[in-house]
Amino acid sequence: MAKKTAAIVGSGNIGTDLMFKLMRRSKNLEVKYMIGVDPASDGLARAARLGVTTSAEGVDWLLAQDDLPDFVFECTSAKAHEANAPKYKAAGIHAIDLTPAAVGPYLCPVVNLDSLQDVLNVNMITCAGQATTPIVAAVSSVVPVDYAEIVASIASKSAGPGTRANVDEFTETTAKALEEVGGAKRGKAIIIINPVEPPMIMRNTIYAAIPAEAAEPGELQDKIRGAIDEAVARIQDYVPGYSLRVEPQFDAAREDWNGNGRVGIWVQVKGAADYLPEYAGNLDIITAAATRTADLLAERMDATIPSTPVGA
Amino acid sequence: MTETQNLSVRLTDTTLRDGSHAMSHKFTEDHVRSIVRALDYAKIEVIEVTHGDGLGGSSFNYGFSLTPELDLVRAAVDEARNAKIAVLMLPGLGTIHDLNQAHEAGASVARIATHCTEADVSIQHFQHARKLGMETVGFLMLSHRTTPENLAKQARIMADAGCQCVYVVDSAGALILEDVSDRVSALVTELGNDAQVGFHGHQNLSFGVANSVYAARAGAKQIDGTLLALGAGAGNSPTEVLAAAFERLNIHTGVDVHGVMAAAEDVVKPIITRMPIMDRASIMQGYAGVYSSFLIHAERAADRYGVPAWQILEEIGKAGYVGGQEDMIVDVAVQLASGARVA
Repeated sequence: MAKKTAAIVGSGNIGTDLMFKLMRRSKNLEVKYMIGVDPASDGLARAARLGVTTSAEGVDWLLAQDDLPDFVFECTSAKAHEANAPKYKAAGIHAIDLTPAAVGPYLCPVVNLDSLQDVLNVNMITCAGQATTPIVAAVSSVVPVDYAEIVASIASKSAGPGTRANVDEFTETTAKALEEVGGAKRGKAIIIINPVEPPMIMRNTIYAAIPAEAAEPGELQDKIRGAIDEAVARIQDYVPGYSLRVEPQFDAAREDWNGNGRVGIWVQVKGAADYLPEYAGNLDIITAAATRTADLLAERMDATIPSTPVGA
Repeated sequence: MTETQNLSVRLTDTTLRDGSHAMSHKFTEDHVRSIVRALDYAKIEVIEVTHGDGLGGSSFNYGFSLTPELDLVRAAVDEARNAKIAVLMLPGLGTIHDLNQAHEAGASVARIATHCTEADVSIQHFQHARKLGMETVGFLMLSHRTTPENLAKQARIMADAGCQCVYVVDSAGALILEDVSDRVSALVTELGNDAQVGFHGHQNLSFGVANSVYAARAGAKQIDGTLLALGAGAGNSPTEVLAAAFERLNIHTGVDVHGVMAAAEDVVKPIITRMPIMDRASIMQGYAGVYSSFLIHAERAADRYGVPAWQILEEIGKAGYVGGQEDMIVDVAVQLASGARVA
């Protein structure tokens, strides 16, 4: 099939890393446009050198083109995406939102893409959401999970001004996704920014409350291990640097855990270093997830037999 | 360094917050009422009451609270006649939503803590706390990890966001004497009249009180302590010792020395389940610069995985983990136990 076209809106670190990912790793998409607001932006200059059509005149310029893209990747801010989303929708462009705006549903490509009907605008949660919801979903596919908690640790150098100014938004969004995507009854997320040198590679610790019997060795526990391993393998398919640090650790039921046991999973996310350094696995996993999502959606679009053009 | 006349500091007692670590977060409403009553009677002006890791700290990673912290805050507010009730929050763990709830419960001082080089994550929280009309205090945790100059720059970020007193926080009990006065002086110079400077000490290397004296002499106006030193690691600077030592040095606190000694001996001692001590593990925390609240988690991992707590903590220090990364303890312990990581 012919490749779908993509526009990247936002020419910062995330937008630039995404551009390289789409160019190097996407089967079904080609980057046609890179849109910024600052003509002096490094990201725009880099994109232009690589043959991408660039503009510093924002989304309105993009939407005025005769040749509109099939996909737009929002790499700006939640506020900007809230303003842009209705415009993309009116133009019938698929929006993949990498900001915390959550205009569309939370999406992790290995968990809930197949179950979503309306995919014209999807939200990529947060980096920690991409790293942890598949694991929680794996555990909750075997046993009910009353409560899931994650601790994401990222290198100080990889925490951009947006994350820093809005840590509450980050933890609240991730916690909600542990429920909506991960399937936990209640979610909690914690983020730690660590300035150690050399920078630490992104880490995520996932704790899930599990029924007492699942915390003891046996069939149920084996099933949980199996589901976790399977989830890790599926993520590794698009994030090769995603790995378990140690075997999942099971803790026996305790009274102060409401009679539940616990499974703990320690994950490391080493970035592919497409543009950003290896330690910035947090940025890598979200651009990788966006790329994978768009590839899958492109396949779905081609499989869908002619429907009324959106916006017509 | 000997002129201590006319110096004046305000003591904040954090037995019911930092001490929560040593109690594995199992303070009850009765404990809170009796401790607040005794501290209030002894003329302590600010009493901090929160889960050891701050608002929202009740979790798998840090330990669940026996009693919801907001119930404890309400009990403290109800019991205090003169003292203000403070709460701690760590951005990334607690949120503005938690702060609102604490404010509704009657807390009037918001203490907002970040790692010593990451102050900019607290800007939205300081702005919000001030909007709520709360008094604000900023905590630059693990202050030994950066230079006095850098610490002063971070303090400026907090002050500009609305923080009224920035603390040099020796979370690892790793600072020794001039390490403290150099940092406090740098902050005093940077902040001038824009904000006060405070000091929060730990006893891991036994310098809590001496460091507090150095802090006061360098211009700190707020000093933290806990009754019986009850707190993370080898505990905090004991409030009753601070009060007595400061009085002898003519550093005015306004605190009734007999009152805080009685509070420690008669009220706190019968309640606690563990007396903080300088043992191999907690001394290692001061020596290797490890966040004090990692201690009990390291002891638990030591029991489970059969590696000594001090060794886990030494590795944590080498890896440069910061406050809140308690989850790394099991990772390190499992690797030490399997021989994958050689200490």
